[in-house]
Amino acid sequence: MRSSSVVALVSLMASAGLLPSYALAETWNKAGFDAKSLDELLKTLGAGKPEQSDQVILTAPEIAENGAVVPLEISSKLANTDSIAILIEKNPNTLAASFVISPGTVAYIQTRVKMAETCNVYALVKASGKFYYAAKEIKVTIGGCGG
Amino acid sequence: MAISSNPMRIRTKLEGDVCQVRVLMSHPMETGLRKDPLGELIPAYFIQLVTVRYRDRVVLTAQWGPAVSRNPYLSFKFQSAAKGEKVTIDWLDSKGDTRSDSAVIE
Amino acid sequence: MTGPRTQSHLTVLLAAFALTLAAGVFAQDNRALEDMQKFRDILREDNPAELSEARGEQLWAAPRGPNKVSLQQCDLGQGPGELKGAYAKLPKYFADTERVEDIESRLVTCMQQLQGMSRAQAIDGWYKPNSDLESLVTYVAAKSKGIKIDVPAAHPKEAEMYAVGQALFFRRSGPLDFSCATCHSEEERRIRLQEVPDFLTSAGARNTMTQWPAYRLSQGAVWTMERRLIDCIRQMRWPEPGYLSDAIIALQVYLQKQANGGVMDAPGLKR
Repeated sequence: MRSSSVVALVSLMASAGLLPSYALAETWNKAGFDAKSLDELLKTLGAGKPEQSDQVILTAPEIAENGAVVPLEISSKLANTDSIAILIEKNPNTLAASFVISPGTVAYIQTRVKMAETCNVYALVKASGKFYYAAKEIKVTIGGCGG
Repeated sequence: MAISSNPMRIRTKLEGDVCQVRVLMSHPMETGLRKDPLGELIPAYFIQLVTVRYRDRVVLTAQWGPAVSRNPYLSFKFQSAAKGEKVTIDWLDSKGDTRSDSAVIE
Repeated sequence: MTGPRTQSHLTVLLAAFALTLAAGVFAQDNRALEDMQKFRDILREDNPAELSEARGEQLWAAPRGPNKVSLQQCDLGQGPGELKGAYAKLPKYFADTERVEDIESRLVTCMQQLQGMSRAQAIDGWYKPNSDLESLVTYVAAKSKGIKIDVPAAHPKEAEMYAVGQALFFRRSGPLDFSCATCHSEEERRIRLQEVPDFLTSAGARNTMTQWPAYRLSQGAVWTMERRLIDCIRQMRWPEPGYLSDAIIALQVYLQKQANGGVMDAPGLKR
């Protein structure tokens, strides 16, 4: 992901006090976050056709009691993992979040995401210049009294 | 806005030299798709960038969209960590507001 | 044409088949509920309610209102400023207001008496996410963690409120002819995949009342018990009880007394 190296560079510059904080937003991957389908997003990310890998582990509930808060845990055992992205197939915008893993940081993320409806969630990993993924279908339920 | 002034809740756990951090941030993370009780769309308003630093190095950077849940939770692990050292987490949101909080590794 | 013996064999077979099918479905239901509980437990380890609790702690100690005084001398029933166990023993009767008060009405009383706020100022925006009252209730409730619910409802006014609350719980009304008991009267009942707690047994009541106030995932905010009850009553298509009204406090006296002995573990995490 080209933007990831930009983010890293910008972050480094920011930490050195060389960048005003408002400028950081310009590095936000707008094209990525605007993509409305899996195919469109993968193209924007330059991920081509990622390879499914059991070295990418996505842990999540089978049923999300509430689509507003779905806990996800992602880890990659692939060497040189430098980024992890979360893709939610049927969300209005497919990309939920992306993470740049610095050297010396474990390829491991836990977070919570919103899901519009039952669909596949993908953990997309970039390692040694190639893209890999793990997927899981998560069912989103409706509440009891409509809330 | 009062909400953005809530401090993050940061927990650290050291195992050997690997530190696991668990953060809870206070932010509405509005998607821009919700309507208020009057039927008006609530504008999108969410954390876009997160940077984690340990001592003088950037440990993690994240780009978020509004699909990250309200009051975001994040957990990550990094190596070469030591007790007594500081982890700092910064965020920048879509309105240009920022927040920075630190925790000392216990 | 089947004879009687064949017919009864058939009936037995059909019944057995139906039972297996039902058991299979039931087992699947159970697995789904177990899975959801597992993830609720994970979410609870990092409960966003903690953010509310931290804010409540600040608000408790902050000099506010026209009198610019903090809430630190507020008497929540255990003496001025005594927070430990206070939530677990509410609602109770207070001589200074001659009312049975729940946590929210008592906080509002203190905001008026100590801080000089008007009632309108004190309850302003109570229903908004991250409101002052939401944060304060979360903070105070957390101070009762590990302490048993103890609402004897012995004082005559408390006993009266208990009786009113009980009557309300069982009263059928509204266009759906619902009472609280219509739904909240059986173990392991659910509406779609949302579990509906049983309040007719002490065990059921304890299971629920010990976990409120709770961060509601669907709301992205901590809701107090009072608020949750008001909303449930709204969903029953009853007219909503007024905020801090006797009616809603009476219902809480009934439910909390049912839950006596339960060990507080709030703030909880709920759908």
